Amino acid sequence: MFQSLEEILQACSEKKKLFWEIVLEDDCKEEGITREESLEKMHLTWKAMADSDRSYDPGLLSASGLSGGDAAKMDAWRKRGTTICGDFLNRMMVRALRVAESNACMKRIVAAPTAGACGVIPAVLLTIQEEKKLKDSEMVRALYVAGGIGGVIAGRFCISGAEGGCQAEIGSAAAMASGAAVYLMGGTNEEIANACALTISSMLGLVCDPVAGLVEVPCIKRNVTGTMNAVAAAEMTLAGIQTRIPPDEVIDAMKTVGRSIVPELRETGLGGLAATQTGQKIREALEREQ
Amino acid sequence: MNIFNIIGPVMVGPSSSHTAGAVRIGNVCRKLLGEKVRKADIYFHGSFRRTGRGHGTDRALLAGLMGFAVDDPRIPDSFSYAEKAGMLFSFHGIDLGEDAHPNSVKLDLESVSGRKLSIVASSVGGGSILINEIDGLSANFSGELPTLIVHNLDQPGHVAEVTSMLQHKSVNIATMQLYRSGRGGHAVMVIECDQEVPEESLDWLKHLEGVEKVTYYSLSED
Ligand code: SF4
Repeated sequence: MFQSLEEILQACSEKKKLFWEIVLEDDCKEEGITREESLEKMHLTWKAMADSDRSYDPGLLSASGLSGGDAAKMDAWRKRGTTICGDFLNRMMVRALRVAESNACMKRIVAAPTAGACGVIPAVLLTIQEEKKLKDSEMVRALYVAGGIGGVIAGRFCISGAEGGCQAEIGSAAAMASGAAVYLMGGTNEEIANACALTISSMLGLVCDPVAGLVEVPCIKRNVTGTMNAVAAAEMTLAGIQTRIPPDEVIDAMKTVGRSIVPELRETGLGGLAATQTGQKIREALEREQ
Repeated sequence: MNIFNIIGPVMVGPSSSHTAGAVRIGNVCRKLLGEKVRKADIYFHGSFRRTGRGHGTDRALLAGLMGFAVDDPRIPDSFSYAEKAGMLFSFHGIDLGEDAHPNSVKLDLESVSGRKLSIVASSVGGGSILINEIDGLSANFSGELPTLIVHNLDQPGHVAEVTSMLQHKSVNIATMQLYRSGRGGHAVMVIECDQEVPEESLDWLKHLEGVEKVTYYSLSED
């Protein structure tokens, strides 16, 4: 796996190849598999992502009773046609909620990069596919772009809330999604890295504070805001707006910030929203049920 | 880390450690038992105990004991599948002490033919697991490689017997750990291998003097 986005960009320009191809080649080399085998597996992963959106059941509630049904509300509001941001972003929001709620309700999802952040990438990519009428083979390539970015973040820092706060989960998912979105829109390899930098810059310091230690509150709704950050960064990038801090340095800043996040705010359920009066009450009620 | 651990795994939610990891613990325990589980008494420790119900850890573990994979959509309904299969199960809380990983569980299992096994395991993050104890003796393995566990009397010579058998069968040793519970008492070898250990070698081991129990974890499907 690559240690920096710069390394990927260098390989791209040396071999005159696209970002996704470089990531695919690296995976084949590391796993000792053929290009076809890797592509086949990514294709199945893409199918599983699409399924995790399609199979949403609005009637389901999570075991804690805290989650379920919100994607249906969002969809009903979208259909009224009088929303603030219009149909495209609304559909993206619906999808992020669907997949994240499905996760809380024990349905099958693709952890990308984690189960808690599983709604971001499918929401961004499926909605762009639908809007731009893209083929599945293009989407599979976009997943290599996302995976390449995630791999660099995992190598330089981490992708776990317990270690790096939510910036490392929802933040990483959003950075991966925005790079993939730029690719799908015909952006350059450098622009992919740029979008990644802009996304992370906006999400630095996001803490991990799940109420009662469950991957539900605020996780599900953060999947929605993660997608919004991702497309905003992609859109700025496509407009030619540049990050002033190089992408790898932005990832390193996330690491430095992550190191200074106290343990209470790293998935222990002891700080932030989890530590509020209501958060505690919810936890106590659930513990009594155990 | 490979790309399919970043974009993946495909799994039943909500948590890689509390759900997917619990399924994996169940899978490994079932294989270690070597037969269908008839009865399972399950004791949750730490975070598994506090947030297990909300994360479906109980259902995931039971699903794993029945051999379901981490992405099996039947996981949420594993209780009713287990009941239909005539499996007896119970869940309890336990304190395994300060040193135990926060996501730990103890399982007392009985197979359909009456074989018994007690295991302590933990889910150490991202769906990876460790088997910490087998029948009260330390063991430390991940279930990612074929693993041979030999309980023997703590006498000289047993380690050499086992390793030369493996060499003879061209099985390469990836890791090897030795534990004992008091000199001259009982000892255990935990050997992770790069290849599968043949059935007949396991039988041969079982009949060696001083060897009390041979447990084998195979990666092949049962
Ligand atoms: S708050 Fe924590 S558990 Fe929830 S999505 Fe963010 S990192 Fe994951």
